Amino acid sequence: MSVSSLSPSPTEGLSSARFEQHLSQRSYLPAWWLEAKAAAWNQFNTLPSPARTDETWRFSNLNTLDLEGFELPEDASQHIPNLSAFPHAAEIIFSNRQLVARSAVPSDLLAKGVIFAPLDEALRSHGDLVREYFQKLPANLGSEKFVALNTAFTGSGAFLFVPKGVEIAEPFVVQHTLSGANKATFPHTIVILGDNAKATLVEFFVSADNGRHLASGVNDLHAGPGSQLVYVGAQNWSRDTLAFQTNSIVVERDAKVLSLNVHLGGRQARHESHSRLLGPGAHSEMLAVTVANGAQEFDQRTLQTHVSPNTTSNLLYKNALLDTAKTIFSGLIVVEPDAQKTDAYQKNRNLMLSDDAEANSLPGLEIQANDVKCSHGSTSSRIEPEQEFYLQSRGIKPQAAKQMLVFAFFEEVLNKLENEDLHTALRTLIESKFKK
Amino acid sequence: MSSLEIRDLHVALADSPEKPIVKGLTLTIKTGEVHAIMGPNGTGKSTLSKAIAGHPDYVITSGDVLIDGKSILEMEPDERARAGLFLAFQYPSEIPGVSIANFLRAAVQARMAEGEELDASGYYKRLYSKMDLLKIDRKFTSRSVNEGFSGGEKKRCEILQMAMLEPSFSLMDETDSGLDIDALKIVAEGVNAMRGEKLGVLLITHYQRLLDYIVPDFVHVMYDGRIVKSGDKNLALELEAKGYDWVKTELAAV
Ligand SMILES: Nc1ncnc2c1ncn2[C@@H]1O[C@H](COP(=O)(O)OP(=O)(O)OP(=O)(O)O)[C@@H](O)[C@H]1O
Ligand SMILES: [Mg+2]
Repeated sequence: MSVSSLSPSPTEGLSSARFEQHLSQRSYLPAWWLEAKAAAWNQFNTLPSPARTDETWRFSNLNTLDLEGFELPEDASQHIPNLSAFPHAAEIIFSNRQLVARSAVPSDLLAKGVIFAPLDEALRSHGDLVREYFQKLPANLGSEKFVALNTAFTGSGAFLFVPKGVEIAEPFVVQHTLSGANKATFPHTIVILGDNAKATLVEFFVSADNGRHLASGVNDLHAGPGSQLVYVGAQNWSRDTLAFQTNSIVVERDAKVLSLNVHLGGRQARHESHSRLLGPGAHSEMLAVTVANGAQEFDQRTLQTHVSPNTTSNLLYKNALLDTAKTIFSGLIVVEPDAQKTDAYQKNRNLMLSDDAEANSLPGLEIQANDVKCSHGSTSSRIEPEQEFYLQSRGIKPQAAKQMLVFAFFEEVLNKLENEDLHTALRTLIESKFKK
Repeated sequence: MSSLEIRDLHVALADSPEKPIVKGLTLTIKTGEVHAIMGPNGTGKSTLSKAIAGHPDYVITSGDVLIDGKSILEMEPDERARAGLFLAFQYPSEIPGVSIANFLRAAVQARMAEGEELDASGYYKRLYSKMDLLKIDRKFTSRSVNEGFSGGEKKRCEILQMAMLEPSFSLMDETDSGLDIDALKIVAEGVNAMRGEKLGVLLITHYQRLLDYIVPDFVHVMYDGRIVKSGDKNLALELEAKGYDWVKTELAAV
């Protein structure tokens, strides 16, 4: 069943009636927001479902994009996994779309004008700011229909604004938890860094049970001139989750963004990330690690758009594939005519731990300027038997040895995180997948 | 007292089992003893040690290897290691992305009972004291295993691992090669410090020089996949003076 045959039932699932109800429950929010939601609901219903002929969905399994039966959860779950066992500035936790926990933003940060709030709250307190950045430059990588669905139903997510010159070492944490059968969530997080600001936001997406789940998340990440943003998105949805996540990364003059996505869960998880380098000196470091096992499918689509001269981007996506898992990496570097002296790199590395796994890689370049340095490439490798034997010859059990070598493979990516505690927390999260 | 018994061992490459490399080698090493094996290049010394450790490139076509009377040939390499075997590699692997500290911790942890927690501060204390003894900079703990190590650093790191894992039997494959004179002394001191009732050593070497520092109880000459001559430490001196041709002519005369 395809998306267009979404249940028309007026009382069930993600129906028009349910959408009207969702909207009416939010009448306290700004009119522009409600209008944007209504427009998005229309868009969702009019946009075609991904088709075989769509280049942006090449290699993806389209038969399993079934939204039938999913509904908005009613109640928060009792069980909230603790994922933020590292020092952090503040935390916002959603369970089944409801705000269930929130730590206070330190008063010195509040005094400096830092805003860290649930999106709904920010819409009321700082509506104009949210409006300015909400989907200002949306990613255009094929999931427009699911982004529209996100806008229509979004009700959870965070808004982080760090004013000019404010530097915050400890990460902000946002957590989305989903539980129950056939439940759906649509998180939308917006991060805005003012000139020369510095901050880290870590977002966790996890299922609290094995239920059939749907998640379609969107991020707007905006790094103002000279700012430094680290964004980490780590998902560990249930094994029966259909997940979409779309990141829009906007990097202004001399700003640096490091985005790292960790993909563990889901039955089928698609991730799109679009970096736009808008001002000279802008840099985007696009990183991902994926552990794909069982029959999981991870579908990653990226775009590095160099708009201004003297901009740099570096993409490194690493997948470890086990069992009959499947990954798709499709990345494009676009260098616009003005973007002379661009340095752009794109690497997809796959570690094949099974002969039955399938890694697809579609790297691409589109260069419209003449003085640029660009390279792309993909590699597939296996565990080096000599390394495996070396570890085992020290008494390390085969499974543990294999796991160490998978982590060794990821280390080149995880190493780029300067925050040691965060690094450790992510390692622990990744390890949990091997323990199952 | 424990024993490592190699009984009429025949080893070939797993890919071509019809072509033997080790051709009927018999040797018993008891804890407390140091045996040296010397022999020309390509005679099967590394093949012997790797096959005993369970390297998948090799098959044992006949014969047996036993620890305290129990065959270890059915064991996986990691089980053999936990049973007390250690191989100091002639060419240790580089493992980028795995730090020495994590690697050794995993190896130590693998030897603990299920559910037993590693005392992290005790572990580091022990690790640092062994490193100090072997004059390895403590900063090495955060470096990737053997990655970018000089030849001598790799060999010292093998000895560090041996010191941490306290095997009953250590097969040391040319641990002296690549070491400068000072490093050779440090490594020899390290091995001598571990020498005793609880450790049996098989030293594979080309150089009499090492045996001046680690004085062996027995010296064996390996030639074409077999031990062809055994004696005490004086055999090594004789070999140094006369070369392998002497062994060859002796063999031909038999
Ligand atoms: N993995 C392998 N693949 C192919 N040939 C091998 C392999 N291992 C050993 N051999 C061959 O087996 C023979 C014995 O090699 P081995 O490394 O055991 O010799 P060695 O006595 O340790 O020599 P050296 O003193 O040079 O270290 C050599 O001819 C070698 O080329
Ligand atoms: Mg050798």
